[in-house]
Amino acid sequence: MSDLTLRQWLLADAPTSRRHARLSSLYKGWLTLRTNSMAMVGLTILVLLVFTAVFAPVLAPHDPYSQDLASRLQPIGTEGHLLGTDSLGRDILSRLIYGARITLYIVALVALIAPVAGLLVGTVAGYAGGWADVVLMRITDIFLAFPRLVLALAFVAALGAGIENAVLAISLTAWPPYARMSRAETLTIRSTDYINAIRLQGAGPLRIITRHIWPLCISSLIVRVTLDMAGIILAAAGLGFLGLGAQPPSPEWGAMISEGRRFILDHWWVATVPGLAIFTVSLAFNLLGDGLRDALDPKDDGQ
Amino acid sequence: MTALEIRDLDVWFGHAHDRVDAVKGANLSVVQGESFGLVGESGSGKSTILRAITGLAPQWSGTIEVEGQALSGAKRYRAFFRTVQMVFQDPYASLHPRHTVDQVLSETLHLHGLDNIDKRVAGLLDDVGLGQRFRFRYPHQLSGGQRQRVAIARALAGEPDILLLDEPTSALDVSVQAEVLNLLADLRTKHGLTYLMVSHDLPVIAHMCDQLAVMRNGEIVEVMSSETLRMGNPKHEYSQELLRASVAPQ
Amino acid sequence: MSLLDIEDLWVRFPTRQGVFDAVRGVSFSLGRERLGIVGESGSGKSMTGRAILRLIRKPGIVEASHVNLEGRDLLELGEREMRAVRGKQISMVMQDPKFSLNPVVTVGEQLMEAYLQHNSGKKFHARKMAIEMLENVSIRDAERVMRAYPHEVSGGMGQRIMIAMMLIPNPKILIADEPTSALDVSVQRQVLNIMDGLVKERGMGLIFISHDLNLVSEFCDRVLIMYSGRIVEVCEANKLHQAQHPYTQGLLNSLPRLDDKRTHLSVLARDPSWSNAPSVRG
Repeated sequence: MSDLTLRQWLLADAPTSRRHARLSSLYKGWLTLRTNSMAMVGLTILVLLVFTAVFAPVLAPHDPYSQDLASRLQPIGTEGHLLGTDSLGRDILSRLIYGARITLYIVALVALIAPVAGLLVGTVAGYAGGWADVVLMRITDIFLAFPRLVLALAFVAALGAGIENAVLAISLTAWPPYARMSRAETLTIRSTDYINAIRLQGAGPLRIITRHIWPLCISSLIVRVTLDMAGIILAAAGLGFLGLGAQPPSPEWGAMISEGRRFILDHWWVATVPGLAIFTVSLAFNLLGDGLRDALDPKDDGQ
Repeated sequence: MTALEIRDLDVWFGHAHDRVDAVKGANLSVVQGESFGLVGESGSGKSTILRAITGLAPQWSGTIEVEGQALSGAKRYRAFFRTVQMVFQDPYASLHPRHTVDQVLSETLHLHGLDNIDKRVAGLLDDVGLGQRFRFRYPHQLSGGQRQRVAIARALAGEPDILLLDEPTSALDVSVQAEVLNLLADLRTKHGLTYLMVSHDLPVIAHMCDQLAVMRNGEIVEVMSSETLRMGNPKHEYSQELLRASVAPQ
Repeated sequence: MSLLDIEDLWVRFPTRQGVFDAVRGVSFSLGRERLGIVGESGSGKSMTGRAILRLIRKPGIVEASHVNLEGRDLLELGEREMRAVRGKQISMVMQDPKFSLNPVVTVGEQLMEAYLQHNSGKKFHARKMAIEMLENVSIRDAERVMRAYPHEVSGGMGQRIMIAMMLIPNPKILIADEPTSALDVSVQRQVLNIMDGLVKERGMGLIFISHDLNLVSEFCDRVLIMYSGRIVEVCEANKLHQAQHPYTQGLLNSLPRLDDKRTHLSVLARDPSWSNAPSVRG
């Protein structure tokens, strides 16, 4: 099939199978997203980040852990060390490249845990109503009432420092907003006629929640997660900075800033370069999230 | 034989002091194969009666009998959903925005425990005059009339005996309304259905129904044949007023 | 003497599949009369009304040879001058009063604001004017309604308040876009009678946009019938039932009637040539 006919097939007025209908609707969403140039910038940065993480061993000029005390704190542009070296003489560029893996790892884990937990709690509370709603939402309130970083600190302190525990701590503090959002959406959705209609076909609550309410909550959830990603990366970096996340010598970006802090006046690049990396990735997630908000609206069909 | 019998039906929303009585002491009975209309203005409680029958309005008292079986509370059993089905007012709100026509109908057939789903979906689409081209479209790719046909197909999927129609054409253009009303009339003959239809539009009810009840403020003020309405002979003052308001002076 | 003269009006929306023309070269003029525009959804009737006030949202485009309001071309005015035209000279009443009134401001304040926006004056004067207007639209206890919030009034009352608000600046033209579709039949007539009376009394021009042929034939002098962005027929409102165009006839015949019992309603058979025929001047 040539390019032109594939495009026509994807934009067909009357899809001929379920798969065709789904692909066609995805493609239209993609076309909408593509018109948003800022979102495309964000997406490009994130694709580059994934690429960097996957091919880190190939891309990195040096071993991120190999120390060379003779050439410590070299400035940006030094021969062999494009972004300079840190206090132990490790190549900052290589550490950044390997750090992308850790950042992605954190992002992926949190994105898997927090929204799913929030979605479960929120939709069940919203659909069931009554005492289930009261109990679940009060639990959510309790988690919401704690300052996020302090709660994460407490968890890490209890579970021990380390990247997995940091992720767990962040997830535990990140799910309540998703629960609230899903509940609010469920309350609107459950009183609509299409839910009434499926109830009149004898569908049970489990089917209604998983097949009818979730697909509608998920799009706004994805947008929210993307917009929150920046905050999550920053929280992970913050924990790393406080020494409660990734442990040295791991090249986690937050931990790198923390290490560079001591030299910030004389050797600014040691802290600034990982800071810029965090900034860029956070910004990319925000830009993409904004674009997804428009693209995921099912009503939009370019009409 | 009576398909649907309602006696002393009260339906209310809310509790204690902010209780709103939507239907007060309604009585009506619909014979098998008949088409019965409920007319009234907004807030008259006409749609609430349909919701009480289907269990969507849980707070009611009185008697509702479907084919001789008395209902209670809001819980309905599988067999009920294969006897009674409903078509909603707004076709833009009654279809799941992320489900294709095929998904809507297949799931409904599956829920009713029917086999041969693929063939049945095709049959339903032909039944409501949509054809196979529309099978894999999403609701936003359909016009209002096409959506309402899908909603009718969904209601017919479980092969019910009684169809509750809640203003099925009030959101549609008049030319589309004519098509949908014709379709409903044909389906009734073909499948021997009983209709209970709600509308604010007297000519539509007179066209579709044999008997009708006029409602105001939750009460049925008059039950008459649509012949009586056509002749311009309703007894109750309010029915006459409604009739006057809906006949355009020529 | 015509108040409004429109020549070759187009409303275009660029989409992925190319440019979609919602209104395609419509020309008509409006005197001190009640002009009805009827058509089905998607016929471009609402777009026409909005295009006159340049209320088409981006990326929609309005084009025309001219849209003359007493000799001034509205399409050539700046956005600032246009704002002065809206309300002051041409007002618009929308379908649902629930969405047109600000829910957190009392009816009285909204009416007074409408007055003060276009007239300099004292507050008590604005208040007097607002009460007078409410009485004009047959609201009996105007004082109480002034203090009410929009959710505390019924749909019919809300729409009457909207009409009052739109008429306060004394516009020359009122565009009513399905002003009574959200109301019950008995209230519908009452609201229309009030609107009708006020328009007549002030010698205004009225553009009444509706899908309801019977209502339009009853409340207008002249009717434009629109189909796929063009005017297919113009006729005297009281002669609507003798309309010539097959589309108009088809619409009228597809309505169920109390005085004519049929097993099947006649269905409109659409002819592609209808949308290709040039727009009729109205």
